[in-house]
Amino acid sequence: MTAPPDDCLARNEWICGEYLSTRREILADAVWQHVQLTTLSVLIALLLAVPLALLARRWSPAAGPVLVLTTVLYTIPSLAMFSLLLPVYGLSASLVVAGLVLYSLTLLVRNILAGLRSVPEETRRAARGMGYGPVRLLLAVELPLALPAAMAGLRIATVSAVSLLTIGAIVGYGGLGNLIYAGMNTYFKAQVLTASVLCVVIAVAADLLLLGVQRLLTPWQRA
Amino acid sequence: MTTLTDAWGWLTDSTHWTGPDGVGQRLLEHLVLTVVCLVLSCLIALPIALVLGHLGKGGALAVNLSNVGRAVPTFAVLVLLLLTPLGEIGEGPTVVALVLFAVPPLLTNAYVGMRGVDRGVVQAARGMGMTGRQMLWRVELPLALPMVLGGVRIAAVQLVATATIAALAGGGGLGRIITAGFNRASTPQVVAGAVLVAAFALLVEGLFEVVERAPGWARGRAAA
Repeated sequence: MTAPPDDCLARNEWICGEYLSTRREILADAVWQHVQLTTLSVLIALLLAVPLALLARRWSPAAGPVLVLTTVLYTIPSLAMFSLLLPVYGLSASLVVAGLVLYSLTLLVRNILAGLRSVPEETRRAARGMGYGPVRLLLAVELPLALPAAMAGLRIATVSAVSLLTIGAIVGYGGLGNLIYAGMNTYFKAQVLTASVLCVVIAVAADLLLLGVQRLLTPWQRA
Repeated sequence: MTTLTDAWGWLTDSTHWTGPDGVGQRLLEHLVLTVVCLVLSCLIALPIALVLGHLGKGGALAVNLSNVGRAVPTFAVLVLLLLTPLGEIGEGPTVVALVLFAVPPLLTNAYVGMRGVDRGVVQAARGMGMTGRQMLWRVELPLALPMVLGGVRIAAVQLVATATIAALAGGGGLGRIITAGFNRASTPQVVAGAVLVAAFALLVEGLFEVVERAPGWARGRAAA
């Protein structure tokens, strides 16, 4: 019988190069799941948020209920949100995605609506005077002017989703959260620290990416 | 639909409400954790934010702290703390993690509120011969109060949510009902726990809504 190797894994150190080299595939899989699930959630939320915000803007009686509902959804703690959706989705990735969609929706609807409301009335009237129809007014004037506020909301929603996905570990679909959860139960320091740092790295990278997209989409703001 | 009736059945079963694992005990744990941590984080964050806001220094730090806080997963911080020597002290990791997550919104809102006070009013106060301390207490703070309270509200809701996640890392509180339900594969218990947590969070949010809208409090004092 050979003696156990005396490396940082055996000593259970926080920072461990051995861990990175031996568990590369597990880490890559977890990062991929993390990126996939958050991207999917934020995209679905965005597809739902734009029409909801437009509806609340066009038809003012809808604004109150939409804002109240999204506030209520945002107040519910993430663990409770995932648990409430359990009877509908079971133990699946859809459960986690559905929970994240509901959170992102709140932030997106609020910000897009704020952006649409910040378009000056004179600008709207000028466009109408130039012969713009309602559709062209929306696409060529209102939406571009609402972009900065909408993008700010998208950045907050994305960063929050990356962080909240870790709670999905309770149903086994938490991306890096799974590694944190497993590491907690086995007292595996290197795994918990590595997964946590990777989580923050993904959040910062996503934020910078969206900032870049925002700069490309709103060249008039760069001056 | 049967899940909902089962969850309702779980909630109305009086045996689930008593004892060391009962709803009553978990509710109390959740409440105590939230209140203790809210007081602690206010004691840490508000004096710093009010002084920084009064002096007009450290703005970048106060504002960016909230953004950084959002990127760091609560669950990761909890588990990291749990694996440090702090983890051996009962609720130690939970309390530290809760305070860490409540401080940024308190700091940011109070600072922004203090800086948002009309500069003309501040200059008039100085012109009247008020000292820095008088300006802080009698001019800036009353005018910044709605923003400060807004921060306390966000922190309180955040605390309720984080106290729930603490159960994932073995802490007490209402989240424990949910994690225990998952371990027993009892969907009714999971849903019942989730309903309790959601109701608690909404109650806290609603309470602040009422306080903020109460006449003679935030608005009345701000206008005085």
